[in-house]
Amino acid sequence: MSVVVAIGLGPVGVAPPTVLKIIGHHMMGLFDAESWARTDDAIIWQVRLPRVLLGAIVGAALGVVGVTLQALVRNPLAEPYILGVSSGASAGAAAAILFGVGSWLGRESVSLMAFFGALGALALVLALARSSGRITPSRMLVAGVAVAYLLSAVTSLLILFAHSEYGARAVMFWLLGSLANADWSTLPIGYLGMGAGMILVFWWRRRLDLLALGDETAMASGVDPGRTRLQLVVVVAMCVGFAVSLSGGIGFVGLAAPHIARRIIGPIHRHLIPASAAFGALMLVWADVAARMVLQPRELPIGVVTGVLGAPVLVALVRKLSHNS
Amino acid sequence: MITATGIELRLSAVDVLSGAQLSTRSGQVVGLIGPNGSGKSSLLRCLYGMLRPNRGAVLIDDAAIGSMSQRSIARAVAVVTQDASADGIDITVGEFVLLGRHVHRGDHQGFTDDDRKAVLDGLEMVDMSGFADRSIHHLSGGERQRVMIARCIAQQSPVILLDEPTNHLDVRYQHEVLALVRHLQIDSIVVLHDLNLASRYCDHLALLNHGKVVHQGRPDDVLRSELLEPVYGIEVRRLADGHHSHFAFGPLSP
Repeated sequence: MSVVVAIGLGPVGVAPPTVLKIIGHHMMGLFDAESWARTDDAIIWQVRLPRVLLGAIVGAALGVVGVTLQALVRNPLAEPYILGVSSGASAGAAAAILFGVGSWLGRESVSLMAFFGALGALALVLALARSSGRITPSRMLVAGVAVAYLLSAVTSLLILFAHSEYGARAVMFWLLGSLANADWSTLPIGYLGMGAGMILVFWWRRRLDLLALGDETAMASGVDPGRTRLQLVVVVAMCVGFAVSLSGGIGFVGLAAPHIARRIIGPIHRHLIPASAAFGALMLVWADVAARMVLQPRELPIGVVTGVLGAPVLVALVRKLSHNS
Repeated sequence: MITATGIELRLSAVDVLSGAQLSTRSGQVVGLIGPNGSGKSSLLRCLYGMLRPNRGAVLIDDAAIGSMSQRSIARAVAVVTQDASADGIDITVGEFVLLGRHVHRGDHQGFTDDDRKAVLDGLEMVDMSGFADRSIHHLSGGERQRVMIARCIAQQSPVILLDEPTNHLDVRYQHEVLALVRHLQIDSIVVLHDLNLASRYCDHLALLNHGKVVHQGRPDDVLRSELLEPVYGIEVRRLADGHHSHFAFGPLSP
């Protein structure tokens, strides 16, 4: 429902019934294609639908990743980017955009370089955070923050050395995130990668409950916290890698969606994981609608929208936490 | 049955345990006592795989703990830990106790009616039946410890380890919790600071000093001033009162 309405909204508005007809026509051969404008058809099928679908899966993945990390490090302020993964992706993308690194990878070289950057950052974080095969929450946080700073510095350095205003703008737009590059060719990879990650996290839902209670409790209940943390971090970083490579660095969804879900649905991960996915998807789809509509026909980077909407949520959260303690 | 022999443990270049040995005793409460830093909690953590000793053997029913999965260790040993208290997530008593059943279910399996029955039984045994829907954050210290024990009961492991279960409890709850442990008649090892409680509720005591068990035996045999004074560095006076012994402590006279 939300998706259908969201698809219809944009600089060119299309009524929900027409949206449904166009989708029905393309997917099942229903309805007569003459009953709506061809431009509407192209806008809905070629541009908006992939974009909304990408927003939904990226939002869902960021929500699930946020929940997972908050349980893993037992800190309500954990979010997808504390692993330094997005900084790695950004550095990879900047290298591709500014210096053509990896151009032999073809048309998707920026996305692919972002993905490799994310994996590189993860490898670095794991190498720093591991101690005799285990990962502790505090080491993970420190390693993530350190790698994030390091790679942000690398990105800045790349921009500085490139002497290209156009390139700098392109990197900036990329850093702030956008769903504008969504198309049918990249969607299946994103859905497969992020979908598999979310299913794995849900599979381990009870381990997350136990980890959130404490390492000793987890151990006493048959869950090895160090190993489980390592497994989940790898899954989560893959999800973030896919998300960032397809849509840039979209902030706040991974922080805010789990908190809203937790308020409504409670802390048990069996319910919390699907709820965070749903809220993340909704938030990102509607943030993208706002990004298309607010300054139309110009588009705002979606990271700006989620930041403006997410900041008050974060402040309210911090106030509530300090109030409680 | 857990048997630990010759346990040596180094943490951050400090010898925490140096040749400690300890076993459960059938149906009995074994008390682990000793001064701060003597290695009580570390030894207990070696018994359920939380810490891996550098040397020595921990056997659970004759199987080396290193060869067992964490899940099979947890099926054999339930633990009242120190960490599952106020800082964790805000879940209900019923959900918390139900998580003790995780050891009997695969990651993908849901909990069954058997699991829910084990939870109700556990809560009933610790006299907390009406509390299943309460948040664990809204319990008194004594209630919380009873819920921890209910979780171990629901886990149905034949051994229970308790890491300083009387910490932060007032005098009444200290007695209540230990009386409950004793009443269960499950093989248990409990880390205790209070020697009066140890004397009253334990069947067997192990006195730990500098990472070694220096004396073991019946409480009356271990809690003797000539054994305790060199270990704790205090003067110990024993006051007999019918069935029970009581201890008074004071600084060693110069």
